[in-house]
Amino acid sequence: MRLSILTGLTGVVLLGFIYELLRRRQLREKYAILWMIVGVLVIPFAFFPHLLDTIAKSVGVASGVSLVLFLAVVFLLLVCVHLSWEASRLEEETRCLAEEVALIKTRLAERDRAVDALVAGPGGER
Amino acid sequence: MEAKRVLIIIPAWNEAESIGGVVREVRATLPDVDVLVVSDGSTDRTESEAAEAGAVVAALPYNLGVGGAMRLGYRYARDNGYDVAVQVDADGQHDPKYVPELVAGLGDGPDDVALISGARFAGTGDYKVRGPRRWAMIVLSVVISRIAKVKLPDTTSGFRACNRELIEFFANWYPVEYLGDTVETTVRVVRLGYKVRQIPVAMRHRTAGTPSASPVKAMVYLGRAMITLLLAINRR
Repeated sequence: MRLSILTGLTGVVLLGFIYELLRRRQLREKYAILWMIVGVLVIPFAFFPHLLDTIAKSVGVASGVSLVLFLAVVFLLLVCVHLSWEASRLEEETRCLAEEVALIKTRLAERDRAVDALVAGPGGER
Repeated sequence: MEAKRVLIIIPAWNEAESIGGVVREVRATLPDVDVLVVSDGSTDRTESEAAEAGAVVAALPYNLGVGGAMRLGYRYARDNGYDVAVQVDADGQHDPKYVPELVAGLGDGPDDVALISGARFAGTGDYKVRGPRRWAMIVLSVVISRIAKVKLPDTTSGFRACNRELIEFFANWYPVEYLGDTVETTVRVVRLGYKVRQIPVAMRHRTAGTPSASPVKAMVYLGRAMITLLLAINRR
């Protein structure tokens, strides 16, 4: 019973932490919502781990606790893959920005040269 | 080269020692072409050396890899209305005297060649590689030649020219991945129905720097080349 209180309280504290991050606009809503849903779903099982036992038995897992552990690993793996995907997308976006910045700088330099040439007059003497 | 407007794109990453000479040589050999040096986040004097030698310089704020530098080059070519874009390496191994031959092989019609590159193993010159690197190049050549239904002896050649339509295409799509800039673009272009050719060229020794020759690196190269090829073939 003491273990359940420990795990359950950890869940509640984490939930509060995510809520606080969201409140201070440190976390994009799309990620925060995911974590809050996960928290709300999981916390009851942290207090009462045996709630899952019947479901666990029906899929051939000996105890609800093992099932939670298994699902947690799968879920965390998916989250990691998702983050890699996000990072790839961000890299592609920053790549585009870098290219655009370089193009604009080049165009600006060319324009400056053209203006300088005009200012120098038709003879081109500087 | 008749009235075609030709842009030479030279991607350069910290090539201050060779870039000036390469740009000067290109401009001396081909007085009618424009030269764009894309500095890929160089931290040395690459940009000023290139500008001093008379090239237009586009400087990326940080290193993207050859693919990023080349897409920037194609965007510049597209925005400024060039008919042909030629990629030349900054280390001086590509001899600009072959550029007119590359450009002459291209056309803008549906039956014309859209992408043409210089092949290092086609008889001219004494370019040689050994070990895993060589196996990788053979596999790439055999597989891509079959897809293209034309002999492409050197699919990793960075000495290539493309027509207007492909400038437009590459300005929007050009992979940054390792080997993606050569292998993947070739596969994609072939699958889109464009004609691809290679002409034999002699490569020169690099004016600066040394090619990586360690066996571990060569094995890694083989692995990456195979993965790139597999992915390129299985993309839609």
